[in-house]
Amino acid sequence: MTAAQRIGTEPSKLTRGIILGVVGIVFAIPIIAMVQFTFRDGLGGGLTLDHWTGLFSEEAARTYRGLFQAIGNSAVLAIVTVGIVLVVLLPTMILVHLQFPKLKRVLEFICIIPITVPAIVLVVGLAPVYSVVVKIFGSGAWTLAFAYGITVLPYAYRAIQANLDAIPVVTLSEAARSLGAGWITVLRTVLLPNLRRGVLAASFISVAVVLGEFTIASLLNRVNLQTALLQVSQSDPYVAVIFAFLALVLVFVLLLIIGRVGSSGRNRNQS
Amino acid sequence: MTVANAPALIKAGAGASPRRQPRSGFAKYLGLTPFAAYVLLFLAIPTALAVSTGFFTEDGALTFDNVAGLFAPNVLTAFGNSFFVSAVTAVIGAVVGALVCYALLGTKAEGALRTIIDSVSSVLAQFGGVMLAFVFIATLGNQGLVTKFLLEAFGVDLFANGPWLYQVPGLLVVYMFFQVPLMIITFMPALSGLKTTWAEANATLGGTPLTYWTRIAIPVLAPSFIGSLLLLFANAFSSYATAAALVSQGAPIVPLQIRGALVSETVLGRENMAGALALGMIVVMVVVMWGYSVLQSRTSRWQK
Repeated sequence: MTAAQRIGTEPSKLTRGIILGVVGIVFAIPIIAMVQFTFRDGLGGGLTLDHWTGLFSEEAARTYRGLFQAIGNSAVLAIVTVGIVLVVLLPTMILVHLQFPKLKRVLEFICIIPITVPAIVLVVGLAPVYSVVVKIFGSGAWTLAFAYGITVLPYAYRAIQANLDAIPVVTLSEAARSLGAGWITVLRTVLLPNLRRGVLAASFISVAVVLGEFTIASLLNRVNLQTALLQVSQSDPYVAVIFAFLALVLVFVLLLIIGRVGSSGRNRNQS
Repeated sequence: MTVANAPALIKAGAGASPRRQPRSGFAKYLGLTPFAAYVLLFLAIPTALAVSTGFFTEDGALTFDNVAGLFAPNVLTAFGNSFFVSAVTAVIGAVVGALVCYALLGTKAEGALRTIIDSVSSVLAQFGGVMLAFVFIATLGNQGLVTKFLLEAFGVDLFANGPWLYQVPGLLVVYMFFQVPLMIITFMPALSGLKTTWAEANATLGGTPLTYWTRIAIPVLAPSFIGSLLLLFANAFSSYATAAALVSQGAPIVPLQIRGALVSETVLGRENMAGALALGMIVVMVVVMWGYSVLQSRTSRWQK
């Protein structure tokens, strides 16, 4: 027994094992059921690889054309949304940090609003806005990214802000400026390399959120990965679940990388 | 700033504009316009439109009929169901999540166990939606793995009382899958912020582990715990996609009522009813999130 366990601040190994074990099993069962479902042979009870191999057959490209199209849409949306984060949000955050420290609270407040205004509420007001957007930009799938840029705002803000708070932005930029660097040089060679972790984390979390988005796309009658999955699930539930599982794995890998990038940075700072 | 500008004026390279005067007044704020315009167009205007359309008729005349419609029996039931689902999943999610956080006390913050639980929790907290509905149909649906196992091994028929998974009780089970992970990622910082010196002080003053928890840790953690609970409530209250994919009939919760009003083709002027429902949701969300931020700022006082 460690000292911390003796004075009661930490659980014993047994307590920890029981809690984590029970919760872990309860959460693992549905995931296992999901994987098992992709191998099921109809309502029979046997298992088969057909659903997986079927994806690589020649007719799959035709049968699931809508789904592949939707995956393409979601990929484009993810890229454009990350673009909005990098071109609109990031420079604003750096600018506020350097020039308008008094506006920091205001910016934070704005960026947190999308948590309070859920997508299902936002979509009611987005419908009229998008009737104008369509007139200006056409009805390309990518235009939905304007709305997604707002959806990812709280997550992207938090990731970048954590990084901004951890480095001496003002000192770095003033040092560079006094050595004769212009603002563009300061941004490109001094600030961005230092903000790499935050920017990467913000981009990945944005991709994860966009890949999982359903509410806005479905109620604005757009097609993305999630709306297509729901559609496909009605005719071929196995394929829908396979793609849902793959999306889950992809998002898990993205977030694992964020965790890795974050902790390796912390270690470097400590040493 | 003027001194710092001098070398830049001489060198005038690296893509910077050669003549850079310290900006004053309004021009200084130009750099903020892209973000301001974007947020105005895609956050402020949609939100204003969403909550204001409820006060107008289809022709643009002012009316309170839609807002009065919030008190129709089926809408009141939907709000009641939403409150019920959010409250139950928030309380159970908060308790189970807090237990997991407690179990993680004393493990290394950079260790493999924490990293994995952190990542899994962030994935699952984001996991609401269509895919989550699939997972539970594969698990507890008519042909679900667990359903069939219970029926074959113990003769227990989960669906003896009707298709509960596709109704409000189903949401209670399914929402836990993102509520518990959300609790873990929001509550862990508070719990690991407990100072060991407090426990030592308690021990040297003759306190027991029980007095440590009841007199020190629980009072200190209470604002953070209730704050996280409110966040979980808001999270469940605003969740739409999971219910949309799972619920087979009717619109038992408010977000599904909004969908019904938005896509209705039979009754004209229902878009304005969606506005009134959106207003009702926003009022609840603002109150809950305001409580969350007040409690959160109380917590951050001692966390640093």
